[in-house]
Parts: sequence; C-alpha cells; structure tokens
Amino acid sequence: MRSVSPLWLAFLLAPAALTMLVFVAWPLLGAFRYAFFDFNGLATAGFAGLHNFTDVLFEPPWSAWTFQALRHNIVVFAALMIVQNGLAYLIAFALLKALPGHRLHQVIVFLPVVLSAVIVGFLWKLLLHPLFGVVNALLAAIHIQGPPWLGDAETALPSIILANLWHWTGFPALIFLAAMQRIPAETLEAARLDGATDGVLLRRIIWPLVAPAATIIFTLTFIGSFNWFELPYVMAGLSGAPGGATDVLGLYFYRTAFGSVSSGLQDFGHGSALAVLMFAFLAAVSSVALRLLRRREVDIG
Amino acid sequence: MSIRTRLLQAAAIAGLIPLAAPAFAGDITFWTWRQEDRAAYTELFNDFTKLNPDIHVKFESFAAENYNTIASTALAAGRGGDVLQARAYGGLEVFAKTGYYLPLDTTNVPELANLPAEALAAETLRADGRVYALPYASQTLGLFINKDVFAKAGLTPPETFDELLTVGKALKEKGITPIANGTATAWMDEVFAGIFTAPFLGPDFVADILAGRATFADPRYVAALGKLLELKDLMPQGYTGIDYPTGQQLFLSGRAAIFAGGSFEIANFRKQNPKINMDFVAPLAATKGGARYVAKFFDGGYAVNAKSPNQADALKLVRFMGTKAYGDKFAALLGNISPIKGVTLEDPLLSKVATLNAVSIPYIMAVYFRFDTPTGSELLSGGVQKMFAGNITPAQIGADVTAGISRYYEPFQKK
Repeated sequence: MRSVSPLWLAFLLAPAALTMLVFVAWPLLGAFRYAFFDFNGLATAGFAGLHNFTDVLFEPPWSAWTFQALRHNIVVFAALMIVQNGLAYLIAFALLKALPGHRLHQVIVFLPVVLSAVIVGFLWKLLLHPLFGVVNALLAAIHIQGPPWLGDAETALPSIILANLWHWTGFPALIFLAAMQRIPAETLEAARLDGATDGVLLRRIIWPLVAPAATIIFTLTFIGSFNWFELPYVMAGLSGAPGGATDVLGLYFYRTAFGSVSSGLQDFGHGSALAVLMFAFLAAVSSVALRLLRRREVDIG
Repeated sequence: MSIRTRLLQAAAIAGLIPLAAPAFAGDITFWTWRQEDRAAYTELFNDFTKLNPDIHVKFESFAAENYNTIASTALAAGRGGDVLQARAYGGLEVFAKTGYYLPLDTTNVPELANLPAEALAAETLRADGRVYALPYASQTLGLFINKDVFAKAGLTPPETFDELLTVGKALKEKGITPIANGTATAWMDEVFAGIFTAPFLGPDFVADILAGRATFADPRYVAALGKLLELKDLMPQGYTGIDYPTGQQLFLSGRAAIFAGGSFEIANFRKQNPKINMDFVAPLAATKGGARYVAKFFDGGYAVNAKSPNQADALKLVRFMGTKAYGDKFAALLGNISPIKGVTLEDPLLSKVATLNAVSIPYIMAVYFRFDTPTGSELLSGGVQKMFAGNITPAQIGADVTAGISRYYEPFQKK
C-alpha cells in the first residue's frame, strides 16, 4: 500500500473540519461561554460563575419551569417510543406481508413525513379547533361535546403528540420495513413451518433481527422528543399554552434566550445555561443508550 | 493582466468578495418589524425627502417575532438600519443598555420638547435617565363594541361590570357570543386581565405597588382577578382553545358582540371589515357611576443607530418624526395615537380613544415589570391562562406573580 502524505490527508480533511469547527464547534463553545456570564442588556457583564445554572435548576420560578418542561419531554418520549414506534413496527409487518394494495398503503403511510412540521401543526390546530374543527364536529354528530383539545391542560399535550404520531409514524415504519425485508425469506419460512404464529414471529424472530434498525429509531426518537419544538410552537405557542401545560425544553429555551416579543425579555445567560444542560443531558443519555443498544444487537443478533 | 488581478476578478465574479456598493451619500435605512406599514411609511418618508431633497429613506422590515434577534445581531456587528424602530420600557432597555442606540436630548433632537414626559419616560433608560428613542404611539386598552350586533339584539352596551353579566346573558339567549376573546394566546390574557381589572384597581392600587405598600397578593388584586372568572359563561364555547385571531374573527364577523383589546386593533379591524360599525369604550365600571379607567402604555420609539455612518442624516429624520406634521399624518395613515403634543386626530374613533386616556392607569406589568426576568407579563399571562383552564386560583396567581417579581423588585422582598 502506498503511503499517503499526512499533509495531503490534512488538506483533504480541512474543508469539512473547518466547516464543523466554524458552524458547529464554535457556536457550541460560544453558548457554553455565555452560560457563565451575567448579561447587561445584550452584552456580557462580568463572570457569573455557576449561578445561571443554579437559577434554572434550583431557583423558582425557573426551576419549576425547567422541571415541568423536562417532565413533558419525558412524557413525549415515552408516548412516541411506545405508541409511535410500536405502531410503526406493526405497520411495517403488515406491509411486509405484501397484501394486495400494499404499495399504495406504503405511500399513504409515508406521505405525511414529507410535509413540514409547520404545515402539520397548523392543519391539526384547525382540525382540533373548538368552534370550527372537524374533530369536534364529528363528535357532535354522535352527540358528544368535544373538549377544547388544545385549551385543556389534560388534552393539550396528548393532542400535540397525536399530531406528531400522524406526522412521523411513516418514518420508523419505513426503516423497520427495510430491515424486515433484509431478513432472508428462508428464515421466516422455516419459522412458519415450525408453526410460528404472527405474534411469535414478531416477538421471537423478527424483533431480534431488526435490532440495528431499532437502535437507529430509538436514538432518533430520543433526540427528536427532547429537541421537540416546531409542533408545540405552532400548536401551543411559545408559552406552551395553556399555562405551560405543553411547555417543553425547546420552547422554554427559545423563550428564555430570545424573549417572547410581547411579554418576555432576551436573557442569554439563563438561555445558554439551559442549552448547555440540554446538550449535556442529550449527549450523556444517548451515548450510554447507544452503547447498551449496540450490545443488545450483538447479544440477540 | 497580472495573475493577482485575475484572481481578484475571478473571486469578485464568484461573489467571494462582497462588492457592496457604498450607500450613496444621503441614503439612509429605516428598520422596522411592521411590514404592513410599508405604504404609510413610504408616504411619510416622501414628505421628509421633500423637505430634505438630498436624503432618501429606505424602508426595511423583518418578521416581528425575529426582529429583536436580527436587529441585535446586526447592531452587535456594527451594522443595522440608521434609524430603527425600538420597543418601549424593558424591551428598549435591553438595546439601550448595550449601547446600540444614540442617546437623544434637546440638543441633537430639539423636537423631544414636543412630547409629554410620560411618553419620554417609556423610552428612557432608568440607569442613566437619558432618552434613547422618540416615542411614536400610545396604546389604550378597552372594549370594542359591535354596535350593529347590539342594535339588532335590541340591547344597549353595558356600562358596569354587573350590567355586562345581565346584558351578556340576554345576548347569549339570542345566540350571540357576548365576549369574543378566548384564552389560548398567552399575551392576550395579560391584555384581557389589564382591561377588566383596571376599574377595580384604580390609581391607588398602582401607587401602593410602586411605593411598596402592597404586592400582587393584595386582596384588591386577587379580587379583581377573581372577577375575570365571572366572565367565563360569556366567552365563546371552548374559550381555553380559542386563540387571538379566532377571537378577532368572531368579533369582526358579528358572531360576538364585544372584543377586549387595544387601540392598536382599530386600523386592522377597519381593514378586515370596512363595513363594521364599531365603538371603543372604556373598561366597565366596578359600581354604577364609578370611574372607568383605561389601561395605557407607550408602544415604542424611533432610535438612531449609535454606530451609523449617517448619523447626521438619521438625526434629521428623527427630528422630522417629532414634528406635529408627522404626528398628524402618522395618526391618519396608521390609525394610531401619536403622543406628539397638539396632534389632530381626524378619525372620530381615534379621537374618542384620546379622550378616554384622560381617565387612565398604567398598563402595569408592561410599564413597570418588564425590565427583568421573570417579567411580570409572563408570570401574569401564564397565571391567567392557567386560572381559566381551572388549574389555579386567583390567590395563587397573586402569590406566584409576587414571588417571581420579588427576585428583582426590592419593595416585595421585605414582604
């Protein structure tokens, strides 16, 4: 093998490395630095030590807002993990069977994924509107008075999760389907000959064999649900209406750092502290989870 | 041609070297978040150019929700418009404290003398007592009445809070929603609370808050917030899910009789439904014959970029914006009340609003508690929204707001 000059290698890597440095590493470090400063207006005003962090973690009302938002992110993660991914797994299996019309269904399932979250949010906001919404009109037809879905503290977050489900289920379904299609047909046939039912097939045969796909889906679901922003922003507004019932870390960070125009102020110190905490949390959990999931792939694969 | 020139040429063609043409002497830019006001400002700037033939003003607008971010980024880099639309109170201070705006006084802008002290206070940095923007509008919060809806129902608009409850009931029986507002848009909840509570609070309460004699946990404030809950039955069905635009549409289409809002709606309402026969009245009296206080605040001002290379021209524009001629035309074109002394308001509704201002209290959170975080506005609007959703009591809002504000407001810390 011919030896490659390290200088030449460096030259080839430079464009990508530089882009990463300028557009990823530097802003991250910038946010990290801001988190340790007090702000006077929009300019830094002296070293703040850790008090931006202690404020958002332990001092009310920020601490209450932080943990309320975190709790909602966890609810979103659990719901998407179980309902969205579970549904996607079942849909993928149904599509795998190649029943008549499966191609059309495949397109239908995936179609919402290509829409922008802003459009989906707006659409669902209209569907769930208490006066003009289709959902409550249908309920009224069977004599049920529907609640103001996005106005009730109990139904607001589930409603936005539902919209997310409608929007995104097609994506994990497609990944699961691709993974299932890569399972050799003989394996599935052999299991069938041994008398495996659909249930057994799904749990014992397919599930272990799609483990690498599950790793990707779980990781993306985790990152997606903790960075959740567009849908709640469009459907519930920057304050997580009603009264913070749909507040999540993404909204809370944005509102704190950039200020909601008509009631807040730009507060880069606390905002950056939140961003750093979110980043640390995501990085820590996803690296541990990734390691566990990879080990699982080997164990059951 | 040397290689160097060729490389430079190639780079220029590829757009690598910004060939930004230096602005022609006498060209200045005006930055705003009000895209919808372009036509009006173009006309106002044409008047300015008639008086100053060598200065042309370019109108540049940005989405309202991103304006602060865009303007602060540009200003930090030493760029941005020469004259900038600025916010008031805390929103102004964020920029002024950082040194982005040029301090104004009667030497560089003699026209500041045309403005009342309370308007200038809204554009003053409390720390140094200097004015950083020339105020352009005051806003008044009160009730819009759809006169046709009341006439058709054979009812007269209420004057007291209790009358609203009885008139509202009668409207409802005729299939009309009495109050158009819902509570889904948080900042409008502060407006809603500001309107209906003002006559129950009055200037004494405001004075007590400022002197540190009372907090927002005061029984007067808690009782006033409790009054809001009595309006539940008069609001649209599913009001917790009704947002600001829906409320506006319910009022404009005549499905609802009353809309609680600010004078900033007038121009927009007329544009959306030119045929609407509406009135603007002060919030309802707490008792028969009691004072009907409107809540009032100043909207923002015109600031000069501290690093503008065209400062002399920019100051000329701001001076022009402080004249009565500008104020008259501003009010006529944009349907807002210019605070400039002696301004003529041709629009009858607008001049009515101006007379209502004689009996007013400050829009308390915006005027006094939007300078530090957590702002009084975010605490109150979130609280009211929760209260309407049935999750907390008025007393809890009072306690939460007081606790949040006491983080930076010393008079509350002793309590």
